[in-house]
Amino acid sequence: MTTTDSSATPQTPKGKRRIGDVVFANTASGSGILILAILAGVAAFLIIQSVDSLGANTANFFTTTGWDANTREAPAFGVAALAFGTVLAAAIALLIATPIAVGIALFIAYYAPRKLASVLGYIVDLLAAIPSVVYGLWGIGYLVHQLTPFYQWLSTSFGWIPLFAGPVSSTGRTMMSAGIVLAVMILPIITAISRDVFLQVPQAHREAALSLGATRWEMIRMAVLPFGRAGIIGGAMLGLGRALGETMAVAMILSPALVISPHLLQSGNQTIAAHIALQYPEATGYGVSALIAAGLVLFAITLVVNMGARYIVARRKEFTE
Amino acid sequence: MTTTTKKSSTGASGDGPAPMQRTLLTGSLPRYFAPALLAGVAIVTGGLLFALGTFSIPLFAVFTVVTYTVLVTLASARIESGRKAKDRLVTAVVYTCFGLAMVPLISLLWTVARMGVVRLDGYFLTVSMNGVTPTMDAGGVYHAIVGTIAITGFAALVSIPIGLMTAIYLVEYGRGRLKNAITFFVDVMTGIPSIVAGLFVVALWMVFFGPGTTNGAAGAVALSVLMIPVVVRSCEEMIRLVPNELREASYALGVPKWLTVVKVVLPTAIAGITTGIMLAIARVIGETAPLILTAGSSAVAINWNLFDGQMMSLPVFIYSQVRMGDAINYERAWAAALTLILIVMLLFFVARLVSRFFAPKFGR
Repeated sequence: MTTTDSSATPQTPKGKRRIGDVVFANTASGSGILILAILAGVAAFLIIQSVDSLGANTANFFTTTGWDANTREAPAFGVAALAFGTVLAAAIALLIATPIAVGIALFIAYYAPRKLASVLGYIVDLLAAIPSVVYGLWGIGYLVHQLTPFYQWLSTSFGWIPLFAGPVSSTGRTMMSAGIVLAVMILPIITAISRDVFLQVPQAHREAALSLGATRWEMIRMAVLPFGRAGIIGGAMLGLGRALGETMAVAMILSPALVISPHLLQSGNQTIAAHIALQYPEATGYGVSALIAAGLVLFAITLVVNMGARYIVARRKEFTE
Repeated sequence: MTTTTKKSSTGASGDGPAPMQRTLLTGSLPRYFAPALLAGVAIVTGGLLFALGTFSIPLFAVFTVVTYTVLVTLASARIESGRKAKDRLVTAVVYTCFGLAMVPLISLLWTVARMGVVRLDGYFLTVSMNGVTPTMDAGGVYHAIVGTIAITGFAALVSIPIGLMTAIYLVEYGRGRLKNAITFFVDVMTGIPSIVAGLFVVALWMVFFGPGTTNGAAGAVALSVLMIPVVVRSCEEMIRLVPNELREASYALGVPKWLTVVKVVLPTAIAGITTGIMLAIARVIGETAPLILTAGSSAVAINWNLFDGQMMSLPVFIYSQVRMGDAINYERAWAAALTLILIVMLLFFVARLVSRFFAPKFGR
């Protein structure tokens, strides 16, 4: 239907192609194609430069936890611990941020006074405008000191759960702290996506619920949440993508160790992104190439998560239109 | 019909004393009940904590919110109904969520302001770290400001034309599979981790300039990879808002398509485009990770040349000072963080002002 329409509309007389039009149209489509080329180039160059070290690697790249790559002879390194740490930090952030973000989105969409709503959304957006390195500084210079007593309490009360087992790190530079800061950083994006979807809920659905005598919460549960579920999932996955790739907050807060440890209140673990930032300045031998290989793994993980998220959000959009 | 069955099933949890006659007016708490209860709970908890000598703002907030939530739910379940109690419980939770989000924002801004003013003065902004040993009580961020301006400016110079032209393509020319592919991959590109953009440039520079080449231009290219998709998204939205009648009027007068875009569409959308571009700049100006890899993290002198030698920038300055770890380093880091936040906020607010005051007026 649309194809016949578009082919019928441009009934410009043929043979009068203006040179300006041709140049402009080609520049525009050229820019678009350039973007595709950049994305392909990112993948291609990462692969080209990592082949070198992966070929020389004497250990299994996916199951080794150690990182002995700064040498020309028999490097042995792997991303097992790094991948675990990356997923762990992102999971903590997601578990903390998603419920709060949905609450904020509901607040802005349905609870806050109408006139305030846009201002409040703007304030939440401010959280996204703060540079990640400032979050890192705030985390290491202020937040960890505030959190340590809370960790002590958590460990003494719930220490029987392995996640919260002691002894608690006295500096507070733990996976839990990094996860909490990451949660703050991904709040705005989950909030923004959920809010947009909540505001798309047809007014007729909401009014129908209210006119049957539903309370506000029942209206939200019956009309808004079923409609907005895809938006919440998509927003959470976008937040997950951001948390997986976030570097500075983790690099500055976490006291790293290349181990696979479930103890959130002790120092240890490390994420791919933070490992690259910390190791790069000192990398020699196969070091840089090995870090690029780690970056390739991160790129692949975030690509899959982001494509999934976009697919879910886009499908919902088509459905509503 | 459904409401009555629900009422009887959930109302049981409220265990009312006797089945009472329900009319529209029975069993509703007065409007002032919730705020009054909150104030009462706050005063009592505050007083108790002071009496115990353990007053602190987080404790006070936690106890007040929890006690209020429990009390208001119980009161509502007793006097109103189970359904309304649930509604009030959720209302309290939703308000708490918003409050929770404000805590880090206010705490962060307050901490940075408080710690940053210690060292932020004219001297700090106008000298570099050249010849300053890490623990010396001297030095400033001038070289980092220079680097930030040069790198971000060059990144903007690369990204804005590409981003804007792509947005024009998507709205004015694009159709079919290529358009869908570009839209989708621009979205995907927004999600590229910043460190991966840095590694990409490292790999690229290795091929063309040999390993270990760090300069400002490399940093700028890495930032453009992050900036282009943001520019495309915001420009695309703004160009799409331009009413079709304007384009059609222009075509009707025989104006070529490209002139229509340049003279009619872009001027109409210029306020929104400017806002979008400024927000994109505000986003990449704080990027750290790619610059550590590409522009180096140890420059101390003023360097305006993008193509020669390491270049410091404000975010990397903060990071490298924190890595040194002495008290004086933290003082510098906080002051640089305050500078950076002020720059970002300025961009943010000017962008909002532009979009508010220069927005096209469609009405007559």
